[in-house]
Amino acid sequence: MSRARADEEEYWHSSKFRAFTFDDEDDELSQLKESKRAVNSLRDIVDDDDDDLEKVSWSGEPVGSISWSIKETASSSSSSLEGRDTSLQKGSSSYAALPKQVSSYSLSSLFKGRNRLPSLPSLSDAFSDTGVKNYAPELRRPRAEYKDYSNDWSPRDTVRRMQRGKVCSLERFRSLQDKMVLLDEAVAGHDGNVITAVLIFLKRTLRREVLFRELEVRQVALCHLIHFLKETGEQKLLLDLLRFLDRTEEVALSQYREHLNIQDVEKKREFLKGCIGLPFSAEDISHIQDHYTLLERQIIIETNDRHLAMAGQSEIFRKYPRKASILNMPLVTTLFYSCFYHYTEAEGTFSSPTNLKKTFKIPDKQYVLTALAARAKLRAWEDVDALLTTKNWLGYTKKKAPIGFHRVVEILQRNNAPVQVLQEYVRLVEDVETRLNLATKYKCHDVVIDTYRDLKDRIQLMAYKCKVERGSAEEEKINSLLSNMQIRWKN
Amino acid sequence: MASTARRDAPEPPDFGILKRLARDQLIYLLEQLPGRKDLFIEPDLMSPLDRIANVSVLKQHEVDKLYRVENRPAPSTSDQLCFLVRPRVRTMRYIADIVNADKMSGRSRKYKIIFSPQKFYACEMVLEEEGVFGDVTCDEWSFYLLPLDEDIISMELPEFFRDYFLEGDHRWINSVARALQLLNSLYGPFSRVYGIGRCAKMSYELWRDLEEESENDGQGRKPEIGNIFLMDRDMDYVTALCSQVVYEGLVDDTFRIKCGSVDFGPEVTSSDKSIKVLLNAQDKIFSQIRNEHFSSVFGFLSQKSRNLQAQYDRRQGMDIKQMKNFVSQELKGLKQEHRLLSLHIGACESIMKKKTKQDFQEMIKVEHALLEGFDIRESTSFIEEHIDRQVSPIESLRLMCLLSITENGLIPKDYRSLKTQYLQSYGPEHLLTFHNLKRIGLLTEQAAGETLTAVESRVSKLVTDRAAGKITDAFNSLAKKSNFRAISKKLSLIPRVDGEYNLKMPPDMAYVFSGAYTPLSCKIVEQVLERRGWQGLEEVVRLLNGNEFAMADGAPEDGAGGDAQRVVVAVFLGGCTFSEIAALRFLGKERGCRFIFLTTAITSSARMMEAMAEAKA
Repeated sequence: MSRARADEEEYWHSSKFRAFTFDDEDDELSQLKESKRAVNSLRDIVDDDDDDLEKVSWSGEPVGSISWSIKETASSSSSSLEGRDTSLQKGSSSYAALPKQVSSYSLSSLFKGRNRLPSLPSLSDAFSDTGVKNYAPELRRPRAEYKDYSNDWSPRDTVRRMQRGKVCSLERFRSLQDKMVLLDEAVAGHDGNVITAVLIFLKRTLRREVLFRELEVRQVALCHLIHFLKETGEQKLLLDLLRFLDRTEEVALSQYREHLNIQDVEKKREFLKGCIGLPFSAEDISHIQDHYTLLERQIIIETNDRHLAMAGQSEIFRKYPRKASILNMPLVTTLFYSCFYHYTEAEGTFSSPTNLKKTFKIPDKQYVLTALAARAKLRAWEDVDALLTTKNWLGYTKKKAPIGFHRVVEILQRNNAPVQVLQEYVRLVEDVETRLNLATKYKCHDVVIDTYRDLKDRIQLMAYKCKVERGSAEEEKINSLLSNMQIRWKN
Repeated sequence: MASTARRDAPEPPDFGILKRLARDQLIYLLEQLPGRKDLFIEPDLMSPLDRIANVSVLKQHEVDKLYRVENRPAPSTSDQLCFLVRPRVRTMRYIADIVNADKMSGRSRKYKIIFSPQKFYACEMVLEEEGVFGDVTCDEWSFYLLPLDEDIISMELPEFFRDYFLEGDHRWINSVARALQLLNSLYGPFSRVYGIGRCAKMSYELWRDLEEESENDGQGRKPEIGNIFLMDRDMDYVTALCSQVVYEGLVDDTFRIKCGSVDFGPEVTSSDKSIKVLLNAQDKIFSQIRNEHFSSVFGFLSQKSRNLQAQYDRRQGMDIKQMKNFVSQELKGLKQEHRLLSLHIGACESIMKKKTKQDFQEMIKVEHALLEGFDIRESTSFIEEHIDRQVSPIESLRLMCLLSITENGLIPKDYRSLKTQYLQSYGPEHLLTFHNLKRIGLLTEQAAGETLTAVESRVSKLVTDRAAGKITDAFNSLAKKSNFRAISKKLSLIPRVDGEYNLKMPPDMAYVFSGAYTPLSCKIVEQVLERRGWQGLEEVVRLLNGNEFAMADGAPEDGAGGDAQRVVVAVFLGGCTFSEIAALRFLGKERGCRFIFLTTAITSSARMMEAMAEAKA
């Protein structure tokens, strides 16, 4: 133990402040790890009696957890269904055993362990605290809900009274002019609750066209009505209003929104088909069309694949069982799925990646990225190779990646590609610094050595020698490079 | 400012009274329904309720069982049901269903709905329509203000943001006005009031109305808070959209702080269970690192663990008596510190791991480029690639919004292409999200032609057709200068520093974004407080679309008025982020004043983006 401590002492004394980057994972993390180790090494001393530790209330205040208790009710409610009597009994006995209950319900029980009894100010304490009362006496008295049908209130007073939560009859506002004065007063009073209340009254007492017409020039009130209709789910009236206002795009979106509530995929597909004719903006129509087509495809693929998987004939489904259905997934996820399970299929089939690419005009970059991820996941390195190889008209092949080779490397590395595969692509990373970083990180020694050679950086190359294994081919390579008289080192 | 001798900031007033008031009123309301009853609680209200009362308080007032308000029939067998809810139409239907089901089966019970913080007429209308009005009694629990910490008070109304800024609904303005009235009656009277934004102005006016009406018995009382500053969230979306790099902000972005506490999972606790931790000034470790830039946190934690070790080491060589003393007096504190330390180290480790995985460094670089307005093309392709790789949908959206706001909208070609790719990567239903973002102004498309001013188009007519294309392009980029750029220039939000920005001893508030950007919202507060008003900021106000105000009600002159004049309530309508809190705390320390944060809810870029999505009904 003391030796470990000496090591740590040395660490703390030697560590000094350095420039901070989030990339610098090794350094910062190791600093954290050191701190963690130091703290953990103390655990033996500290954790002698666990209970005692828990007693320390570090929450600052004794709060009981209501959320916890609700979970309890939820779990016990199933049992209370069978035996109503027992649950009732439990309830009544809880008073006698209050102190015990208290500790088991307290917040610190969440943190496990015992807790001292929270000091709860009793009701009488609270009431004797007159200082509090004087500051805000209103709080203790719930606003009296007395009704007042007096007809004398002016529109302004009516609005004011409503703002204070008092019930006011609006029935006497019968002429359109009176109604609008009332509405304008409500808007001027800034209280949305009252604005909505007046609108509810107007909606009930005015023909909708008349109401709509008046609201057209009252934007704030209009917003309130629209929001109210959305909340109460009066979709038909909402659409009528939007149509009246000529907000055709909103009409379309508002109708399209309903698809979120349709569970059944067949019904959803039908619904989406109907959406295609709605007055969307030119740009959005294609998105709606795509949404419909995508779901249609997914239904076909899903039916087929479920069948295939159940039959157990297809090797890929046996080896990598499907974890979830493809229904309602985004297009890119569908493409990934298709690259994973249906990569080699001819373009004619609905489930083939090339078909998807064509139908939805998926950009090259997106396609390569997704296909790469899918094939790398299957460790099909030849496919990866083929995906990134292009032939020019002379028949020469060349590696090309629309996404940048550092991304390729990242994807391959995440799928545990062997060094030989990784190396090939690390070598293709254009930016020298990034290439060196990646090569060093993933131990692609050859790439590092070659890069230093090309940079004619003798010092770095020598330094790297200690990173490779002794007696390995890499070490030999470094040695032979270093003794090569033909290289004109820059240092 | 800096020239005057630096004074210590006054201590914050005691906000514990707010909790007591809320608890007492709740108890009173529960007693209005005497006898045993089951209590149904809205999920959103559970954490706030947890902070002011506990189950035993409820039990003492004859609450039998607790249920969560959800979309399932309730198995309650009690004869009295009490519902503690937010005023929502959905919830009213749920309650009405229960009442109507009882009626059908011939069962009679008592029902009480307690609305928090207030009742809405629309809710009563639903009860009436469902035929249960009169069967239920309604009450209001005026629980407007929840102190989350010694200097943070939250209204816990995250829906304020969407309701007001997206739907244009003013329903919460009354609640804000009442909250201000309550605060003013307990800790005021506030002598200076500043504000900017439409909602701020309306809230102020309604509050004034309420004050005029109530008998002002606060006269002659010594105020504890002298100043108040109200600001709408839409004055500054940029700050809320930036990645947070102060510790508390990072913890929020990574683990989500909920109502002042956080759930640290097994990856943090290095055990198999999660721990719920209250994060506030009482946590001795946390309170020292919460406002720090993440890079300084490691050093601090190392130092702490070294100290802790040393203190434990003192045990060696103690005699029995000393040992006894040590155990009885120090061990407890040390253990507590040890525990906190290991939790925060675990949290840091977990944050580091997550952030390295998601290319955080590169992302921050892009954000800084957007803030400064260079390399727009590169940033756009970074965002595009982010979308293509199907990395976090929320992050992709956030970056697009940041691009849009800093550039005053996306050029149509980029807008179309990014939107298409987004829908392909994350699902076509996000069409609705894009529509919402456009309406609220977070993600917009520059209208064609908008980019050319009259002069510029006249100039381009003068040049030959061949060159015209090029020239127009050049002008396009010129004309894209957005309000954000202009504001940023006017207020020097991008600090000019020679050499490295010192994050350990930061010179200004920009440290909360690694020295790359001073949060606009906080800069406005700083400027207005310094000038005691808006004089000299006319251009900034114009760029922000006005609605500014400043009132001084018999404010004492300099020097007079005592500590209260150095206490400022910063009110954020639509939410405030931990980065903004850290920045203003820093400013407070520099200027010897104390900021109290009053927000409709704590927010973050992720919460804002999520609020824009359309959910199932």
